[in-house]
Amino acid sequence: MAELTMVEALNLALARAMADDETVLVLGEDIGRDGGVFRVTDGLIDRFGPERVRDTPLAEAMIAGVSVGLAAQHMRPVAEIQFMGFLYPAIDQLVNHASRLRTRTRGRLTCPMVLRAPFGGGIHAPEHHSESMEAMLAHIPGLRLVIPSSPARAYGLLLAAIRDSDPVVFLEPKRLYRAPREEVFDSGEALPLDQPFVLREGDNVTLVTWGAMLKETLEAAERLAAAGAECTVIDVATLKPLEMAPILESVGRTGRCVIIHEAPLTGGFGGEIAARLADQGLLGLLAPVTRVAGYDAVMPLPRLEEHYMPSVDRIVTAVERVMSFG
Amino acid sequence: MDRTVPGAAKTGRTHAILRFLRPDGTAIGGLPGFASDRKEMAALYRLMVLTRSFDEQAIALQRTGRLGTYASSLGQEAVAVGAAAAMRPDDILLPTFREHGAQIARGVTLTELFLFWGGDERGSDFAGPREDFPVNIPVASHIPHAVGAALAFKMRKERRAALCIFGDGATSKGDFYEALNVAGVWQVPCVFVISNNQWAISVPRAVQTRSDTLAIKGIAVGIQGVQVDGNDAVAVREVVGEALEKARHDHEPSLIEAVTYRLGDHTTVDDASRYRDDAEVGKHWKEEPIARLRAFLTAEHGWSKDEEEDLLTEIREQVEAAVEAYLATDAQEPAAMFDHLHASLPPALAGQRAELAGKDGGDG
Repeated sequence: MAELTMVEALNLALARAMADDETVLVLGEDIGRDGGVFRVTDGLIDRFGPERVRDTPLAEAMIAGVSVGLAAQHMRPVAEIQFMGFLYPAIDQLVNHASRLRTRTRGRLTCPMVLRAPFGGGIHAPEHHSESMEAMLAHIPGLRLVIPSSPARAYGLLLAAIRDSDPVVFLEPKRLYRAPREEVFDSGEALPLDQPFVLREGDNVTLVTWGAMLKETLEAAERLAAAGAECTVIDVATLKPLEMAPILESVGRTGRCVIIHEAPLTGGFGGEIAARLADQGLLGLLAPVTRVAGYDAVMPLPRLEEHYMPSVDRIVTAVERVMSFG
Repeated sequence: MDRTVPGAAKTGRTHAILRFLRPDGTAIGGLPGFASDRKEMAALYRLMVLTRSFDEQAIALQRTGRLGTYASSLGQEAVAVGAAAAMRPDDILLPTFREHGAQIARGVTLTELFLFWGGDERGSDFAGPREDFPVNIPVASHIPHAVGAALAFKMRKERRAALCIFGDGATSKGDFYEALNVAGVWQVPCVFVISNNQWAISVPRAVQTRSDTLAIKGIAVGIQGVQVDGNDAVAVREVVGEALEKARHDHEPSLIEAVTYRLGDHTTVDDASRYRDDAEVGKHWKEEPIARLRAFLTAEHGWSKDEEEDLLTEIREQVEAAVEAYLATDAQEPAAMFDHLHASLPPALAGQRAELAGKDGGDG
């Protein structure tokens, strides 16, 4: 067992999937000889060749559209969009084709493709490289939206996404790409999709989050525990379809919930979770459901980005507020 | 074959328009072999007449509230039928919404077409060409799919090709350029057919692009482009057939501009008289493809009045039977909207499906 970064774990999962299944291929900009700008596909071209590790021209809508065609013809493309900020031209293909090919042909044609993209802030990247726009993807019926939050979950969830018979958008929190490291065993075993992960158990407050904010959320839970407030921490992992059962079960026990995400507050996916809690878990609540989120401002350039990102302090303050009720 | 280049001296055009049959149906000479095969030519003619008959019936059904908004293919039958007739069964078709003739030639049933245009997903679950793509509506967005499918053929070393049809308006979109560009780089077995009917709803060809022809748009990406008379079924079939052979055997993609004319409205909710002169339409009626092929059949193959009448009767019966079968098909159960959303229904959606099915599923 080796201690790997998320980048290394993703690379291991891709290699494993390609070795196990010759219909799996990866494609995208600079993913061949260069190994991808973050090196997620490093070395794959040497092992699997340029046919299956395929550099593409610089055209994101094409990358997604070609993947739809490959998938409809029984291949399993894993496409990389270099940054989420450049994914928007591909949304036409996700909304109009990938997500509905199975439905509109009554299962005759299917679309087992994965579209990977790094997302989120915190690495002092240039303009357009730091946004978290996952909520717009979570709105698309027929599309799975998966976000890993650790190297081991990145490995298991990417394997699951590649093996799934339907399209998956796989957003990788690039702030977690190089650290922390985690033991990852190349078992070839996938983790379950459509299933949140409970990472810490506590009876006072339920903290719900995904992606890079797990880091701040777990730190906040540590600090709060030292002050006597025990938190359950849930990594949603698959945002769409959203399985609420573990969240409802936990909030039923704690009576308090804080949802944390880096994406802007309004229209963010935290609103969906809060609405489900209001609908299905209201009578168990002891305090208002609270969100700690990015501001409704354009993602600032690096000099201000730390002020935009939800901090451990903001999470602790929110928890203290919900603890003050009842 | 006629390879004259109108105005070549002035424009420096490098592409001739390829044609075998003049508008009056007389042959120009050097006909391809299949044109002397009476049975094959009659089959081509039959598919075009069937397509027009389907078209008339679809409009009639729409006008009487029994079909949804429908896009007529009147006048463009030779492009669709000629292109599909050049395909092999294991090639795949990626059509847009005005290529009923291609779908019919591929074995999509009239009942399936009526179902699709009548608002039922089962109309795209073709019993015949199982791997053909469904009708594409967001213009040009299916062109990259053809490249992806063709790449799959090439990677698996299968001698198959993808044939993608779209209109003149599609050539203004990024999807067209992006797909053509990568098809050129990767050399995939893909044939792109532009059914240039001169009008993108109300925008005429001249407002769409200043490019001399649409076929020359292949030059910038290293793909050969040819212009063919899209109202000449013999020429379309021959040119597309050659391109498909190059695709299957040499993995060489091609761009074909089939020059035709949309004789009808854009769809049943359009009124072309708002933006187009009747005189222009009348002029193009003289070049329409079915009369042209019938004249050729009559002169070259002795196609008789009796045969024509028998054909029309047979087609009328086939279309009527399809209409009956369509109208007798009940809508799917409401919960069917969840049945092919994913390979298996995620538990998180079970509640919504149960609600539609009239069961107590709670929220979910």
